Amino acid sequence: MNTIPEKHFLNEEKGLKSWLLTLDHKRIGVMYLYAIMFFFLIGGLLAVVLRLELTSPGTDFIEAETYNQFFTLHGAIMIFLFIIPSIPAALGNLILPLMLGAKDVAFPRLNLASWYIYVLGSLFAIFAIVSGGVDTGWTFYTPYSTESAGSVVSMTMGVFILGFSSIFTGINFIVTIHKMRAPGLTWFKMPLFVWGLYATAIIQVLATPVLGITVLLLILERVLGIGIFDPAMGGDPVLYQHFFWFYSHPAVYIMILPGMGIISELISTFSHKKIFGYKAIAFSSLGIAFLSFLVWGHHMFTSGQSELAAMIFSFLTFFVGIPSGIKVFNWLATMYKGQISFEAPMLYTLSFLFLFTIGGLTGIFLGALSVDVHLHDTYFVVAHFHYVMMGGTVMAFLGGLHYWWPKIWGRMYSEKWAKIAAALIFVGFNMTFFTQFILGTKGMPRRYYNYLDQYQPLHAFSSFGSWILGAGFVVMAVYLIHGMLKGKPAGNNPWGALSFEWTTSSPPPTHNFEETPELKHGPYDYDKVLAETTI
Amino acid sequence: MNEGGTIFMPPANSTIAGEVDALFYFIYYTALVMFAIVIAGSAFFILKYRHKGKKSFTSGMDHNFKLEVFWTVIPTILVFIVFAWGFKTYLKMNVAPRNAIEIKATGQKWFWSFDYPNGANSVNDLIVPANKPVKLLLSSRDVIHSFFVPDFRVKMDALPNRYTTLWFRAEQPGEHHLFCTEYCGTGHSAMLGKVKVVSEEEYNSWLNESGNIPGGMTPVEYGADLYQKRACVTCHSIDGRAGVAPSFKGRFGTVETLSNGESVTVDENYLRESILSPRAKVVAGYQPVMPTFQGILNDQQIDALIAYIKSLQ
Repeated sequence: MNTIPEKHFLNEEKGLKSWLLTLDHKRIGVMYLYAIMFFFLIGGLLAVVLRLELTSPGTDFIEAETYNQFFTLHGAIMIFLFIIPSIPAALGNLILPLMLGAKDVAFPRLNLASWYIYVLGSLFAIFAIVSGGVDTGWTFYTPYSTESAGSVVSMTMGVFILGFSSIFTGINFIVTIHKMRAPGLTWFKMPLFVWGLYATAIIQVLATPVLGITVLLLILERVLGIGIFDPAMGGDPVLYQHFFWFYSHPAVYIMILPGMGIISELISTFSHKKIFGYKAIAFSSLGIAFLSFLVWGHHMFTSGQSELAAMIFSFLTFFVGIPSGIKVFNWLATMYKGQISFEAPMLYTLSFLFLFTIGGLTGIFLGALSVDVHLHDTYFVVAHFHYVMMGGTVMAFLGGLHYWWPKIWGRMYSEKWAKIAAALIFVGFNMTFFTQFILGTKGMPRRYYNYLDQYQPLHAFSSFGSWILGAGFVVMAVYLIHGMLKGKPAGNNPWGALSFEWTTSSPPPTHNFEETPELKHGPYDYDKVLAETTI
Repeated sequence: MNEGGTIFMPPANSTIAGEVDALFYFIYYTALVMFAIVIAGSAFFILKYRHKGKKSFTSGMDHNFKLEVFWTVIPTILVFIVFAWGFKTYLKMNVAPRNAIEIKATGQKWFWSFDYPNGANSVNDLIVPANKPVKLLLSSRDVIHSFFVPDFRVKMDALPNRYTTLWFRAEQPGEHHLFCTEYCGTGHSAMLGKVKVVSEEEYNSWLNESGNIPGGMTPVEYGADLYQKRACVTCHSIDGRAGVAPSFKGRFGTVETLSNGESVTVDENYLRESILSPRAKVVAGYQPVMPTFQGILNDQQIDALIAYIKSLQ
């Protein structure tokens, strides 16, 4: 029978102050987790309202202005306040030092500062919402964003501030991975989640400043009328799109790369098998990080950019698809001759494989110039990025959350309810978003409050799916909270995994390990080592 | 309209549409095969290597050079085919034939206006002859809009600071939806139009008659017609319902408070001023978002619209 250790990082110090001033990476990770889950809830509720309004054409519940604000907030909240910090800042903070066998990250104070900066940025975003809202879409395209009413300045200021939080986390992780690895943990012995976080951190540090500069220029344009994006003063609104996507395309990989890292961990643990193509997966993460800077123009094939530019961006876009494809084949090959079990984290891994493959393959349609002209700014694009971001990143995040949940709290959730929620989410997700591929190819434009009658059956079906999807998340919230408070003790290593974090107690002590761990075997050596499963 | 088509695609009614659809379905079937390989592979492994009993050491197989080269090279070749094919059609889409009829298309919140070579104009309805190449010179009067006709598989942004172009050759007479696909504010989803493809004779006779009161119409009837065709309907209701803009119903003769606190009587001169300089006197409670109709409506048409608004008591 497992027991919870008497003293651990959650109870060693008590009181609100001990949390707000903590330098412990795990406590900061927990605070990030609470913050992002709060915003995930808000963003999700907005999505349900949007789908409800779209169930039938015409005005049902909300007016056009409200609808436009809601889809803007749904996008901005989900991207800037949930997905970007979700895996690196929340799960990464919780797990990275444990995986490296380290006591903490390299700069614990910078780590705490990044959380406060995140909170400050989110306050600006909340202020924007209550002081008039924003209706520009999360992309803030000029000239619409320079002349629309609403709190564009406050919202973009929030995005500017949040960027620093992301940069701080990135710098911290790069240094931590270089300098804090336990004895014997060489680069090619590191778990692949660490490689994923490393590649992500590089993009965070290099690309985020460009977003900061871009939104700052937008603020200056709105407040002072400097004219850089204003045609009347010799500026160019399309320049804004170039700046914006120069960050926001790499940002897509800030979102997906750490997710791919989690999947590499889970597929190996639950196949009880050595990961296939370790180096191919590690290098493809770096390859994606590099190429991600060179493809931003594929968001602009119908913006009037030159045919030559369009050709080059299309060509490079196909290149960036190849490393992702390689990863999928590697994960598949990892299952070969394994001993596969199907606990909740593995169910999300399989969901990821199914959904991310669809997300990736539909990207091929959008990379092809002539086909993109038809599909650009339709529901096909909406469906594609939800398959990648939600079917990919969010499924990986949920897999990781279920995987490390017993490590964080020391307690298990109900496996039965976890399976029910995973099934609801998988079915609901596909009903909601697969429908939208067909809406898109049939010509339904995105960001439409109202639509032609011919699209109604598909819209209604999509809305129906969103309720099932929502129900899955409600179930998940209940059993996860119940498990965290009342679940049965999990023991050090509930899954029989081999990386460092499973050798210490659950929850870990404040200093992570009783003594500095030393590497005795690789993280995937299931051909040589058997770890006892503690549950 | 919009009958037919395939499971995924709307009807194809331009000369380029067939080429776009061919590539779409090439990618679709190739992707389906790839997807089937991944899913069938997963399903097979899940069933075959399902864990039973106590876990033991598993195979240490962690790479296979030939296999990895194979699954890198094959997809690379496939995407290069897709790239080249897509680029080829894209070039055709971007190079209009020399003899194309050139029509100026202007987007603004929230309608399209079209100016034809002989000086005729239309709003939201683009009238084009069948089987003739038509080139649109696109621009915007305010924010970015995008011109999208699904049945033709063409789309291009309309920008405020430069011209963009788009061309198509519609194959048969018929009507096709026109959407704005770049988000442009409150009325974005109401910025709908139609492309009316007619025979060449009908096109020519429409061009010649355009701008005159059609035979047999009273000014009020003509005004009602313009109310629809010049997109007043997008923002102004005729049933008293307030929307983005004041309703026309019962408006004539009333005294309105303006956004600057002054008041104005809604008479013929105020209506004319509001059509030509809409932001000069905005009724309190509404945003100054209406664009000018200078150059879009001639005097006869403005007179007809005023007569129509007067009739809505």
